[in-house]
Amino acid sequence: MHARTGTSETASEIAASWPEEIFRTLQRFDVRQVPYVPDAGHSELIERVLGASSMRAVPLTTEEEGVALLAGAWAGGQRGVLLMQSSGVGNCVNMLSLAQIFRFPFLTLVTMRGEWGEFNPWQVPMGSSTAGVFELCGIKVLRASHAEEVREVVEAAAGQAYNACTPTAVLLSQRLIGAKVFTK
Amino acid sequence: MSKANLLDRRRVVSTLLEDRRGAIVVGGLGASTYDIAAAGDHDRNFYLWGAMGGAVMIGLGIALAQPTLPVVVITGDGEMLMGMGSLATVGLQKPKNLTIVVLDNEVYGETGGQASHTAATVDLDGVARACGIADSRAMATLSEIEAFAPGMHDVASGPRFASVKIDSANLERVLSSRDGTFTVNRIRGSLGFHPI
Repeated sequence: MHARTGTSETASEIAASWPEEIFRTLQRFDVRQVPYVPDAGHSELIERVLGASSMRAVPLTTEEEGVALLAGAWAGGQRGVLLMQSSGVGNCVNMLSLAQIFRFPFLTLVTMRGEWGEFNPWQVPMGSSTAGVFELCGIKVLRASHAEEVREVVEAAAGQAYNACTPTAVLLSQRLIGAKVFTK
Repeated sequence: MSKANLLDRRRVVSTLLEDRRGAIVVGGLGASTYDIAAAGDHDRNFYLWGAMGGAVMIGLGIALAQPTLPVVVITGDGEMLMGMGSLATVGLQKPKNLTIVVLDNEVYGETGGQASHTAATVDLDGVARACGIADSRAMATLSEIEAFAPGMHDVASGPRFASVKIDSANLERVLSSRDGTFTVNRIRGSLGFHPI
């Protein structure tokens, strides 16, 4: 794990981890509602969101709730982002219709399992079809595999989602998460 | 199929919305959307023609975004059963401006009247209470509906949940707009938000 944001802005910028980069990007885009189903790869970002007065973290019982929540948030004038793991993408399929039906700025950040040295075979089927499922549902897919590219990929995704109402998913590779979060 | 002494769904919804003021009203997939349309089209009606199980979460998203406006979700038992976890999510967030009303006819009326779980075992207001929505009740009479309706405008004491046993007769459909982008942009426009 990386250090939390320090009291010195300069020091924290130098030491910013990729979850911190994501958090800052979401703040810059005025993201207000952050529904999530917890994942180890998202744990640092979720903690930052829970501690942010400008953001509402909304724990879900299943990922599809988050798609519907974001549609409601948009109707009410707020932007949001859905945080989930790749296994949750399959739970969203019918609800992802809302991205096309409402043409609203859907953005989701997905931590990947089932790839890059995966230990658990149960993660592999859904992890292998995650990008395909999104594409079939009309969601654009971007991927970040290295810490240094996370910021620009998430910025691009947020830009096209919020500025162009182009529904977008960012896949955060297990290669990225494995290098940064797993300690065993 | 009609049963004696059960409320007429259109009467329930028109009573709830008679003095709706600035409330945003979300109608779940199926007859609830027709009921809301029958009570009168409105810039702040959120009609669902799909997304089964999503009505409460859409209502929650609006309620969190607009905490000073009453948000009312009116849906059916089948739609509510599909999104039952969303009651747990609402119970955790406790939006004070959100009201959820389930019109419970104990059947899937749109698909041929097959029995739903509420016909036999499931007590939805008990579920809501167990999920942390303390103000949760079952209503069976029009006078209870009339007494309940003004409270929906109290944005300081929600969330509240009510299930209403209604007659299962299939009524003539009153068709709202099916254009989701129009519907959402109309609500946004009424709140002062502009197109991108």
